Amino acid sequence: MSEEKKLLGVASSPHVSSPTGTRSLMLDVLIALLPALCAAVYFFGPRALIATVISVVACEFFEWGYRKLLHKPQSNGDLSAAVTGVLLAFVCPVTLPYWTLVIGDLFAIVVVKQLFGGLGKNFLNPALAGRAFLMLSYPVAMTTWVKPGSENWAGLVSAADAVTGATPLSVDYMHSGNLQGLIDSGVDLADMFIGNVGGCIGEVSAVLLLIGGLYLIFRGVIKPHIPVAFIGTVAVLTFLFPQGGSDRLTWMLYELLGGGLFLGAFFMATDYVTSPTSSLGEVIFGIGCGLLTVFIRYFGGYPEGVSYAILIMNVCAWLIDQVCRPSRFGMTKELKEKLKAAKKAAKEGSAS
Amino acid sequence: MSHKFYGGVHPAEHKEATERKPVVPLEEAPAQVVIPMSMHVGAPCKPIVAVGDGVKVGQKIGEIAGLGAPIHASVSGKVVAVEPRPHPGGGKMMSVVIENDFQDTPCESIRHREDVDALTSQEIIDIVKEAGITGMGGAGFPTHVKLSGAVGKVDAILINGAECEPYITADHRLMLERGEAVLGGVSFIMKALGLKEATIGIEGNKLDAVEHLKSLLPSGSGIHIETLKTRYPQGAEKQLIQRITGRQVPPGGLPADVGCCVFNVGTAAAIYDAVTECKPLTHRNVTITGGAISRPMNVNAPIGTPIEHLIKMAGGFKTQPQRLLMGGPMMGNPQYDLTSPMMKGTNCILALTKEEAAIEDDAQTCIRCGKCVNACPMHLMPLYMRLYSMKRDWDKVQEYNVMDCMECGSCNYICPARIHLVQTFRMAKFEIRGLQAKQKAKEAAKA
Repeated sequence: MSEEKKLLGVASSPHVSSPTGTRSLMLDVLIALLPALCAAVYFFGPRALIATVISVVACEFFEWGYRKLLHKPQSNGDLSAAVTGVLLAFVCPVTLPYWTLVIGDLFAIVVVKQLFGGLGKNFLNPALAGRAFLMLSYPVAMTTWVKPGSENWAGLVSAADAVTGATPLSVDYMHSGNLQGLIDSGVDLADMFIGNVGGCIGEVSAVLLLIGGLYLIFRGVIKPHIPVAFIGTVAVLTFLFPQGGSDRLTWMLYELLGGGLFLGAFFMATDYVTSPTSSLGEVIFGIGCGLLTVFIRYFGGYPEGVSYAILIMNVCAWLIDQVCRPSRFGMTKELKEKLKAAKKAAKEGSAS
Repeated sequence: MSHKFYGGVHPAEHKEATERKPVVPLEEAPAQVVIPMSMHVGAPCKPIVAVGDGVKVGQKIGEIAGLGAPIHASVSGKVVAVEPRPHPGGGKMMSVVIENDFQDTPCESIRHREDVDALTSQEIIDIVKEAGITGMGGAGFPTHVKLSGAVGKVDAILINGAECEPYITADHRLMLERGEAVLGGVSFIMKALGLKEATIGIEGNKLDAVEHLKSLLPSGSGIHIETLKTRYPQGAEKQLIQRITGRQVPPGGLPADVGCCVFNVGTAAAIYDAVTECKPLTHRNVTITGGAISRPMNVNAPIGTPIEHLIKMAGGFKTQPQRLLMGGPMMGNPQYDLTSPMMKGTNCILALTKEEAAIEDDAQTCIRCGKCVNACPMHLMPLYMRLYSMKRDWDKVQEYNVMDCMECGSCNYICPARIHLVQTFRMAKFEIRGLQAKQKAKEAAKA
């Protein structure tokens, strides 16, 4: 009896926990990114796969190395560095030299994530901050795009001989309102939808990104609030204000499917650490991302605004969370007014 | 009318082990029962028997001392000790220990009451008081206090048949097997409160109970049965009120503040027994279950039966339990002493194996996923409450309304980083209450 007594554990309730852990959430994100990776390999060749693998390995290595050097407990098991690795590779062009990508990984993992305390403490999305860093440091390499298709596949070692082309959103086409030029060059809506266009490794195939995003929503990893608000805002704005005299609907669809909107809305803006936690906050966050994306695309120097829009909103996440708290349970309007009146009365009482 | 309550989680139900097993009396009555003088919210009762006294089933052994409900002997026999004994809530509590003579001699006062239709509201409340009935859902608020406080103030009676905690099937079986008693008890409650209608809320995982009660309902009884979508913690008082009436109990308030009064189905059945048979609350349904129990079952056991005896009746432990709980896995009370007795509010004895109680000791870092915010049925933001609790910034924690937390465990359950949120909030509430008491003492000294 006394033996048994000793073995009975006592702890604070609850005594069961959901089977979903940090690791399984991250694993689901990786699974959801697989279809887009397949599209990348199909359109840009095996170099896309190699770049992604190198980026994942580099991220995990930097995470391990940093924590080893600083004698912190290892955190590779949570797979968050792997997610960062895949996402950073996805937002770089396939022709980017591998070593440049690895520098981006170093910045994302060490500077953006670990220096602020590791997982959960970073205030910027590491992959997007890594991309912003690469954009500033290697602007030419980061904006050299290849044409999709096996005849244009970039070389595995050196990508210098790849056939370059412009992305739908570039200055040649939509950034200057020249939608007709894009259509004349042979890019129709179906190409935009399946990803048969120039662009970053993982951003081109809207349909496969959508499938991945729906998988995440179905699995309960993300809520639809941010992607719907984000994409919805972009849709409304581009529908209301088409450029270059294009047809509203066509312009809107090209704007939605071009660039990294789907990748950003489903996989980047929903990053737990750098987005608000309440439902209302998520909607506001999504709308903010959408507004900034369209502003940058229309008025900015860059043809694509998704990454900077998300980075700017990342910084606001904490503020949004403070403002958008869920309404207190049982706090009805009458009760609120009563409390206000009581407070006022107390103030006047103490003043007199 | 159908409303939603915001938040909540859906843990694995695990009810299949016992939901089809009828409630049986204990195969072998306990040789001794230990009846604690505190099985309710309020002041402990005063024992009115002494060592050596003979007692009969249903004889009063503890008298109210302040807020409370009287306590009755659950077996017949001889009082062998009146002393502090281990209490399931932790620590020791004055208890009356009765040696069972296995005769089950009923007390003279137990008789069939003929004139039940002529009873007035006050008479019913007095019967409930004398029968020592407390809320049978777990918290154990004295039912007569609830009733007399509600007379004339409430317009809605809600009966809680949600049984939203995983594993537990005691109420489910009660509704199936003693449906008449439940419905009869509800009509007595309606009579006591002078209301014509009442709503029984039952979760959708107990559709057979819904059907059964509906088939028993006499026409024009005024009792409605509402099927609720299974969601934890729907059986929590405030959530049930919100779900059925759409009203929200104000912070720090009581259901009566929004004109509601909530009773458990077990309480209703106990009221029925007290009114029709003059039976005080001496026995109750308990589910004995969990992966570590050899033969999971539902029993009707005398109050005061030691946990070890209940476990023996269920075939003992199959494997070493990781955790032994009184109540469900979400809000249950962990037990460390198997000699502790079951009480009026004990609906389940749960022995979880290591695999079932898969709570890791080491919390990982918060990734701000917001799942806790979505799960909180009290509309709180657990991640920020924890953040400021860890910094011991009690003002800020209060600003996040930590005092509204009812410790249902939804946030803790859903947290992918396995952070011990509820434990943190218990600590924070304890600290804040201490500070508030200090503040009050200071003000009192000034005045």
